Amino acid sequence: MSDLVINDVSMVFETPSGEQVHALENVSFSLKQGELLSILGPSGCGKSTLLNIIAGFLAPTHGKVVLASTEIHGPGSDRGMVFQQGALFEWLTVAENIGFGLSMKGTPKSEIKQTVDHLLETVGLHDFGEKATYELSGGMQQRVALARCLANDPDVILMDEPLGALDALTREKMQGLVLKLWKETGKTIILITHSVEEALFLGERLFVMAPRPGRIKQEYTLPFAEAGVTQDPRAVKADPAFGAKREEILNMIWEMEEEIMGQTETAGV
Amino acid sequence: MSLMQSFKYKIGLQKDGLTKRKTVTFGDTSAVGKGRIWSIISVITLSLAWYLGSALELVNPIFWPSPSAVWDQFINISQNGYRNFTLWEHIWASLYRIFVGFALGCLIGIPLGFAMGLSEILRGWFDPIVEFFRPIPPLAFIPLVIIWSGIGERSKILLLFFAALWIMVIAARAGVGSVKLSKIHAAYSLGANKRQILKNVILPNALPEIFTGMRVAMGICWGTVVAAELVAAESGVGFMIMAASKFLATDIVVLGVIIVGIIGYSMDILMRKLESKLIPWKGKS
Repeated sequence: MSDLVINDVSMVFETPSGEQVHALENVSFSLKQGELLSILGPSGCGKSTLLNIIAGFLAPTHGKVVLASTEIHGPGSDRGMVFQQGALFEWLTVAENIGFGLSMKGTPKSEIKQTVDHLLETVGLHDFGEKATYELSGGMQQRVALARCLANDPDVILMDEPLGALDALTREKMQGLVLKLWKETGKTIILITHSVEEALFLGERLFVMAPRPGRIKQEYTLPFAEAGVTQDPRAVKADPAFGAKREEILNMIWEMEEEIMGQTETAGV
Repeated sequence: MSLMQSFKYKIGLQKDGLTKRKTVTFGDTSAVGKGRIWSIISVITLSLAWYLGSALELVNPIFWPSPSAVWDQFINISQNGYRNFTLWEHIWASLYRIFVGFALGCLIGIPLGFAMGLSEILRGWFDPIVEFFRPIPPLAFIPLVIIWSGIGERSKILLLFFAALWIMVIAARAGVGSVKLSKIHAAYSLGANKRQILKNVILPNALPEIFTGMRVAMGICWGTVVAAELVAAESGVGFMIMAASKFLATDIVVLGVIIVGIIGYSMDILMRKLESKLIPWKGKS
């Protein structure tokens, strides 16, 4: 099984001014294949650093990341990435973007076309294959990014605030799509977000991270993602249990923010 | 929309409904049209002034010739030539030098710019060289080039190569630098290797900057070739202007200047057309 194990990962680095930054300290967890994890936290809590380490763009100063019993030492097509926006190749058509990974591997054209056509259908972009990416709306562009990632059939999908730049309505629709793709493909997904609501809705498991040093402060196991697969997203979010969790997490983040403000104020004096 | 109406829009006689309702237009650049109608009027007025000025003999033709004299010289030189070469041969001589010098500048400059954008060692090594030569006007090298290779083709091409080179190095380097890290990361995560990323991500991503550099370099090359021919040449539009001025043949001088203007303008339009054809995604990421 393609389990993902993060084993005692720390990231400490020195800034040019000689200051030691503990971006991550002793972070450990493991994900079974098909688990959906969302990560939430104030800026500077190390959530992006963690994602970059799992993707293989950064090497941790301590600890290791193991995917399917193999230690990770760099980026690879077994871990797909979806970025906030602007990571599509605007010189390629929508179909060429989706087929990019396969064509890099030298997959035959007919096979690429088959996969691309199927994925266009899956993400609801039928008939948009020959369009230029910049002709699409922000939401549609993110659909392309999801499809491009899925075309490679990765074990894990890493999402770095994929819906952050979208308007509220589109965002809600896209959350539904993420859940649908998660259920249909059975992929392991790690999603970073700034939105508490999104983290609750798109996380079977949810980590709230805290800064200085970057660490997992609180872990939740949540029923809302599973419920969202079959039920209307609005109904799931209107559930009092959902609201109660949201308040709890918002309070926690508020306290963290105030703590940070206090620290910087004392440091500033 | 009727043909007449679309024509009115095109020349700026009519504005769209929403623009007409705008109460604030000063500073709103989208409300300021191109003013095509005024361009037409300006060209007609200036031509008329030229024609009337010479018809009424307001200016001595030695200082400024009449349009008909320039036109006659145009017919004359294109049929009988000037100083051993026809008009077309003079124009071709200038254009040929540009194309060769410009092409060489691109051929060396673009890979060099890429290397500088991608490697710290090469960037550090070439940076002082590029930054030193870049601000030197290519014309300052004319004496040297003439000493090296005389007043023939080679000296001009060398000069133009120099003029284009630094612009292209900097444009290509900027193009490499403009690639968003998320695009590179996305490509690596999709399984691309370094060579594939260079060819399929960094290169296409740099094309808009490279093309802008090419447009600038073309303009500089055109100016440089004409100036170089003024100093030392046996053919070319610049040579034609210089040779004619020694005999106070102002009509040929003005003809040469008009030709220089028309060709320079046409080349820029051509490059812009090519750009929108080849790089439709420019400015749309």
